[in-house]
Amino acid sequence: MTAQDTTLPEDVAALIGKVQYEKRGDFPAERGYIWTSCASVQNGNPLFWDDAVAAELTGGHIAPLSLLSAWARPHYWAPGAEGEQLSLQVHFDLKIRFELPEAIMTDNTNVFYEPVRLGDIVTSRQVLRSVSPEKRTKLGIGRFWVIDVEYHNQDGALLGTESYTGYGYRREATA
Amino acid sequence: MSDLTLDRLAKGDALPTFGVDVTATTVILGALASRDWRPMHHDYKFAVERQGVQDIFLNTPNQAAWFERYLNDWTGPKGRIGRMVFRMTKPVFPGDHMLLTGTVDDVSVDETGCGWIRAEISLTVDGAVRTTATARIALPTTPDDNPWDRRGERWKP
Repeated sequence: MTAQDTTLPEDVAALIGKVQYEKRGDFPAERGYIWTSCASVQNGNPLFWDDAVAAELTGGHIAPLSLLSAWARPHYWAPGAEGEQLSLQVHFDLKIRFELPEAIMTDNTNVFYEPVRLGDIVTSRQVLRSVSPEKRTKLGIGRFWVIDVEYHNQDGALLGTESYTGYGYRREATA
Repeated sequence: MSDLTLDRLAKGDALPTFGVDVTATTVILGALASRDWRPMHHDYKFAVERQGVQDIFLNTPNQAAWFERYLNDWTGPKGRIGRMVFRMTKPVFPGDHMLLTGTVDDVSVDETGCGWIRAEISLTVDGAVRTTATARIALPTTPDDNPWDRRGERWKP
């Protein structure tokens, strides 16, 4: 589905495999977000609620693994910032580059290494892996692309990797 | 919550079924909890008129959070997810009754002595698959084993 387009514009082809947008998280991992995340999916895992269990099993509190990307996402607004603050900027760059106003995510791979601990500052960086030729789907006409994101903590330890397959598209006029 | 050990599992074992009614609050709370501010996860008009879908829908990190919760409810807190791969074929909308089911597809011990299972999971609504996932989860091989103790070369997710 994401077979490489050998006729990609040079500027896009040059970005494949290149590290982009290395960014440090805006705030340290904290329990408020951990509890809000748990509440959003009714997650009663005592690792996140019970100090004794967390101390015994993980040497202190950790964050849900699936919350990894949240620690690197920008605030919706911040002093001095202009426009919408976006995570996964490579995805939005491709939408603009190919003039594809809409997009969805279709596939996601998460690999987890060291867990995020309270107080960790998470740094992320993005790598474009592939861009497909134009394809028509029931949503419209567009392209699939694969973007990898790597996450490290303040000590340089690898926390995890994510791989997103996005589909940017323009809707077709209906008869 | 159980404390599942590897010796209690075999290929073909079924995971418990879990169901939840998805509401607009489910979608919006899940998006904001994962710091995803994109409007298709909280703005009905944007989702329908711009994206061409029927309603706002669960975002990707929140689907991952539902899978994590589902898996750890089953394994107990010692279960440590190493990898999750999922494919979203149709969004999950408010009004959907989301059903999670799963099957153990493989049970193994790696070269470091870490016990692993691979589970195939389906998220369905009214019997139709919306998302499929494959998860690789480390489980204790004995009651004293703790996969969370593993670091570096001893952790191969």
